[in-house]
Order: sequence, then structure tokens, then C-alpha cells
Amino acid sequence: MEEKVELKDEVNHEVQSLWLNAFKRLMKSKTSMFGLFIVLVLIFFAIFAPFVAPHDPIAGQLSLRHDAPSAEYLFGTDSQGRDVFSRVLYGAKISIEIGVISVGIALVLGITMGVFAGYYGGIIDMIVMRFVDIMLAFPTILLALAIVTILGPSLVNAMIAVGIVNVPKFARIVRSSVLSVKENEYVEAAISIGCTDFQIITRHILPNCLAPILVQATLTIGTAILEAAGLSFLGLGAQPPMAEWGSMLADSRGYMRQAPWSVMYPGFAIMITVLGFNLLGDGLRDALDPRLKE
Amino acid sequence: MSVLLEVKDLKKYFPIKKGSFLSKNVINVKAVEDVSFNLNEGETLGIVGESGCGKSTTGRCILRLIEPTSGTVKFDGKDLNKLSKNQMREVRRDMQFIFQDPFASLNPRLTVGETIIEPMNNFNVGEKKERENRVKELLNIVGLSPYHLTRYPHEFSGGQRQRIGIARALSANPRLVVCDEPVSALDVSIQAQTINLLMDLQKQYNLTMIFIAHDLSVVKHISDRVAVMYLGSIVEISDYKDLYDKPTHPYTQALLSAIPKPDPKADKNRIILKGDIPSPTNPPSGCKFHTRCMYATEICKTDVPEMRKVNDTHSVACHHAKI
Repeated sequence: MEEKVELKDEVNHEVQSLWLNAFKRLMKSKTSMFGLFIVLVLIFFAIFAPFVAPHDPIAGQLSLRHDAPSAEYLFGTDSQGRDVFSRVLYGAKISIEIGVISVGIALVLGITMGVFAGYYGGIIDMIVMRFVDIMLAFPTILLALAIVTILGPSLVNAMIAVGIVNVPKFARIVRSSVLSVKENEYVEAAISIGCTDFQIITRHILPNCLAPILVQATLTIGTAILEAAGLSFLGLGAQPPMAEWGSMLADSRGYMRQAPWSVMYPGFAIMITVLGFNLLGDGLRDALDPRLKE
Repeated sequence: MSVLLEVKDLKKYFPIKKGSFLSKNVINVKAVEDVSFNLNEGETLGIVGESGCGKSTTGRCILRLIEPTSGTVKFDGKDLNKLSKNQMREVRRDMQFIFQDPFASLNPRLTVGETIIEPMNNFNVGEKKERENRVKELLNIVGLSPYHLTRYPHEFSGGQRQRIGIARALSANPRLVVCDEPVSALDVSIQAQTINLLMDLQKQYNLTMIFIAHDLSVVKHISDRVAVMYLGSIVEISDYKDLYDKPTHPYTQALLSAIPKPDPKADKNRIILKGDIPSPTNPPSGCKFHTRCMYATEICKTDVPEMRKVNDTHSVACHHAKI
């Protein structure tokens, strides 16, 4: 009974969840906080672009074509006389949308496939994983191109394409985590207390696979933005005059000599964004590593 | 007393596939072979044996946590192996399992309250309010406090976790509880606490228990009857008193002689068994124990010994047992 006494002293201390612990560890790493900072700034601009941007991103003044950066036009103007700075800010919104939605698609499909393969195993596992192998055999951008070509070029279709291209990654990660979590005794306990398969998967298995999925999702948002920008650059994603970084690059590519700023800044924005998500993802991976528990 | 559980010729083979998919040859690990016993309502059966002799597998097969290869398990007259998945789920309310490793048997993402209430939610026991009261009552019974409800398993010690596991198992009022080495992962001081708790609960709720352990002194404390397993089969099953006073099977004698005696002057005529436990993929012919038995003769190598009765409650599978 001495344990009870001991615990009473403890009761006023933090009752902290596993996630809080992980977040504290994340806070300690400077690079991942830098990544988080970039991502938060990006989200801020994505939400408040209409209030922050000094000019209209779509309507330009042709008399002001290819103006060098100045106090009025921070990043200069492009071939249509549009403010590059405003367009880059609006582009943040589109890029965040692309990242979140396409990774969302990949997550839903990937988790479903991975769970079926990992939990039921046998012939289902065989069919699902061989299908995933086939998808992995295609170069990603080629597969995305093919999908967009079938669906027709538009931003939404580009998101769908990028989402589908990223399904195999998630399917494999989810499958392997399910395989390892499934062996735990608490899953056996769940069977013995009468849980249905659905309850076992959603209550006992998936919450315990969340860490690797979260890390992969963060890292994939970065690559998804890059892939979507690539599709837009090829004219298969965002359609002009939409302010999307990839299509801005494509539009201004021809004027690289006259107006390098109209190419440089969108490219720079893509780079910083992807870097931010990668740093955050790497930090999360370290923070969620169960071996690092204090 | 009525028979609650009837196990007959229970078998569990784990296939090991070797070779490429062109030349498949399957080797079976014979984890459990022809295990039969009856268990009366309110009785506690201890199962002992070396590690790897199929004790845990037997327990899991009885509750169908793993599918037995063959044999029948009758619980309250129902043949469990003939039930569908949904019917089986209903029956699980009456039979629960307490796990060996308290660190692996609780879901780290669920609070203690959620863990203990889950069986009641799954089996639709009572109203919501009743369930919540029952959780508090259970916590109290196993010696934890109500403020522990919202905590996560990683905040508890091994002994406390094991008690949470016990509370979960008892939550839906089962009739049969299979305890799979519930104390072997705990400190000795906590072991006694946990065993006393289990014994109290057993009396209080008239539970029928199967208590799996490799520690004979623990089993002696809690069991009404004891079954000794060797390489997947029961070699001796008896009233606990009879078994400890007059062990008949040479393997039981060897096991009993290995219990450390607190008196240093007590005569130490330990029976040391030669060799290792044979591989269950290829068990010895005849009596499986003959490779290590000091009384073994020709007949032991060729004939499988039948279970013979020593008296009403005591049976043994040995050619040379004096009956």
C-alpha cells in the first residue's frame, strides 16, 4: 500500500500525454523549429494573402512590364506587368492547398490499402502489395503526367494525380507499422474483450502507428508541392492566369534575361517551402522516435 | 459442481514453411498435442512446465485467441470451435485472459478508464452510468484510486499495470479467467500481492481459473488442481496436495525437487535432468520424456503411455508409475 502514498505526491505534477512529450522534444531542436517557423509563416500568408498583398495578383499594367524590384514592387513585375510579390503571396495559398489535399488523398487511400494488407495478410496482402509494387515501378512524374493527361489539365486534377502518385509510400509504411503493432498483446487483449475488427484497427492499431505516418505526411507535403509545381510548369496543373509558383516559372521562363526576378522569386518560394516541410518532418521523426523517451 | 470447461484432444501445430515456393515442405512445430482436461465451476487449475512446453498456447487455444488445429473445447456445453466469429464474440464476455507482460498488454494510447470500460461497452453491459460506477469499483478492488482513471499506462509501474489488466479482464464479469504467467514479469514482493488479489477475486466472484506458470511454489499457493506439461502434452494431472506429496511422473519429481528450500540444512537430493528439452518440431517417439528420464526402458521408446488413474483425482502418463 506504500505505492498509494508515493503516487499522491505525484498527482499534482504534469499528467502528460505522449504527444506533449514529443512536442517538447521537437521544441529542443533548432532546425525543426526553423522548419516549423517557415511552415507557420507560409500558412499565415496563405490565409491572409488578400490583406497583405499590395497589388492584385491577376490584373497587371502592361505599361509596367519587367520592372526591376523597387519599393512599390518588392519583387519586380512580370511580363504582364503583375506584381511578383503579390503573386508569390497568393501562390502560398495554392501551394498549401495542393500539399494538404494531395497528401490527404494519398493518406486515405494509402492507410486503407496498408491496413487491409497488414491486418488481414495472406492473399489480400499479396494482391495489394503487388499492386503497390507496380505503381512504384513508374517514375513518379511520369505517372502523374499520365493521370493528368487522362483527367485533363487543371489544378484539381493535378492534386488528384500527385495524391495517387504518393499512395504507395503510405501504403507501405502503414502496412509495416500495422504488422508490428498487430503483434502486441494489447491487440490480443482487444480480441478477447470482444472488439470487432473495425474497433481493433481504429482504436488499438492505427493510433499506435500514427508517428511514422505523421512524419511521412509532413515530408510528403514538401514533395507534393514540388511535384504539383512541376506539373504546373509543364502546363498540366494550375492554368494561367492563376498565381501558382510552378506556372509562374513557366510563364516567365522566356524572359529570364530581361527580368530574372520574375523567375527567381517563385523558384525561391518553392525551395523555402519544401525546405521548411522537410526540416519539420525530420524533426518530427526524431521527436517521435520511441527510443528517445526520457 | 458442474463442469464448466471441457477440453478434449486439443492440438495446435504451427507450420514452418521451408524452401522456395516450388518445393514447399512444411514442418510442424507441435506446440500442443492431445491435451484433455475438465474444469469444474469455481475451480482453479494450475498448468506448469518448462518454457516452450505449450502452456501459453494451450491457454490461448482455449479462448480461441489462436485457432487450434484440432480438438474440441466445450465451454458451458457450447463447442467453441464450431462458433462463428460473431457468436464467438458473444461468448468472450464469459471468458477473459490476463496477460504475462503488463508492459505490452495495455494500449498506450488509451487511458486507464477507457481501457477498463471497453469490455463493458463492447458487450453492452448495463447503462452508461452503471459502467462508470463499475469502473471506479473495479479500480478500488484492484487497489488503485479514482484519480488514476484519466492516466495513461506509461505512468504506472509493472505491478499497477498488471492490476489494470486484471480490472479489465474482470470488467464484464467473466466466469472463466485464463491467467498466462501473470506474475512472472513482476518483482517478488509485488508477485505475492498480485497472487493474493487474484485469490481474493476468485473467491469473491466464484471465478473458474486456469493459472499458467513455471513457478511451482506460486501454483501451489493458488491452485486446486495442477497439470504438468512436457513438450506439448499433459504428463500428470492431480489434486495439488496429492501432486506435491506423491509426485508420480519422473518429470514432476524432477520439477518438484528443483523448488528451492528455505532451510539450508534440508537434504538436497535434487534430480538433475540430463540434456535439453527436445525440439517440438521432431518430438521423440513413444514417451516424449524418455530421452531425459532415468527410469526409461525399451517400452518407453516405442509406446506412447496412456493416461492412467492413480486415484479419482490423480492421473499420470508413465509406463513405470506405481499405481
